[in-house]
Amino acid sequence: MSHAHEHVSNTKRIWMVFGLLSVVTTVEVFLGIIRPDFLFMHNFISMNLLNWVFIILTLYKAYYIVWAFMHMEGEKSSLRWAVVATVIFLVLYILFILLVEADYIYEVFKNSTIKWNF
Amino acid sequence: MGATVTTANKTENTWGGGNEPMGASYGKLMMWFFIVSDALTFSGFLAAYGFSRFKFIDNWPIADEVFTHFPFMHGVEAPMYYVALMTFILIFSSVTMVLAVDAGHQMKQKKVAFYMLLTIIGGLVFVGSQAWEWKNFIKGEFGALETKGGSIIQFVNKEGERVKLEDFVVQLPEEREQLTRSKGKWFMEEKALPTFSVAEVQAAFKVHPELLVRTEKIYRGTKEDLANTKLQPGLNKNKHREVLNRAESEVMVGNAHLVVEGANLERNEYGNKLFADFFFFITGFHGFHVFSGVVINFIIFLNVLLGTYEKRRTYEMVEKVGLYWHFVDLVWVFVFTFFYLV
Repeated sequence: MSHAHEHVSNTKRIWMVFGLLSVVTTVEVFLGIIRPDFLFMHNFISMNLLNWVFIILTLYKAYYIVWAFMHMEGEKSSLRWAVVATVIFLVLYILFILLVEADYIYEVFKNSTIKWNF
Repeated sequence: MGATVTTANKTENTWGGGNEPMGASYGKLMMWFFIVSDALTFSGFLAAYGFSRFKFIDNWPIADEVFTHFPFMHGVEAPMYYVALMTFILIFSSVTMVLAVDAGHQMKQKKVAFYMLLTIIGGLVFVGSQAWEWKNFIKGEFGALETKGGSIIQFVNKEGERVKLEDFVVQLPEEREQLTRSKGKWFMEEKALPTFSVAEVQAAFKVHPELLVRTEKIYRGTKEDLANTKLQPGLNKNKHREVLNRAESEVMVGNAHLVVEGANLERNEYGNKLFADFFFFITGFHGFHVFSGVVINFIIFLNVLLGTYEKRRTYEMVEKVGLYWHFVDLVWVFVFTFFYLV
């Protein structure tokens, strides 16, 4: 499967993935323009649902780019884990630290007696 | 370790090289590891952007009001469309790249060359589009004032529509000479002067009673927010900016100390100073990746034309540069989400 000489043409799948990425991007742009209230006005873990939808769709696109275009699906699982798990773990870690701290600073600014936005 | 041992048993060549425990050649594996480190670099930038945005969540510029331009549609406010177009261009160039890799597996030299060429063109169009976006961002449209407290105030009319500085400010006959290197006593110079001085804007504001000041503050349109009469409906349907009443506006304008037009690394007319810094830095770093990707693609394209890979009997080089190109596309998918959508 992963030997370079046995490749068959994948064009059908490539166009399928292109269609998928285009549709998802169109949906994102559409949501970005109409910004429906039922998504924006509801929060989940202190972020509105609209942003969650954007982020999930982005990860969905990222999955297809890496798996189909970068052909991660054809690589050995050791390579898949070495690349994907490393990035996902470190990104989640840095996001957790930075965003939680930023929210804390926001609270400090908001609740302090110092007037800083004038 | 298991994988290594199994392979070694097969080839009986543990230390002499030529082992491929991950089933990928040395070059491809190194490209993957480079991509991992580069992905972490971009994640660091985007996380820092997220940090600043969360820190100033109540007064971060609204992307829909900043990126409103579309080529050949002057004066029309079209948020999202242009950047969506750019995204499609980059996704499509990713498709032509993967088609080139596919053709390479079938050893079709002409087809590889054709698709590589399309990819290069797509990359150039994308970089060009980004340059146009930067031009609009740097030039600005409405102009604003910076107060002594460092916040940006913008002007709106009674209907809540933005008003450009040039539409109501008149130049007064006052002398303002820009300090240049040649006139300075030492290594002294100053930034290009804005079109109007603070005094001119303040004088003009006094004689235009219909003008009001819009602050950086954002409201989300909750029930309590909507009861607030100060809110201004914006291009972004869910986020509203605060508009001060006339008396408060006059105090704010009196507090001004700088006229801000467009954006640079120190301040921008859209709001929070960090916004422009992150925009320039992240899209700039991504644009640099696209540019270097185009250069590398071009070199590989020439090699394809010269028949280098026909002689090698493998187009793996196209695959490796393809990995890099898809990575650039991948980064853009995230930049698009976090700068324009969220």
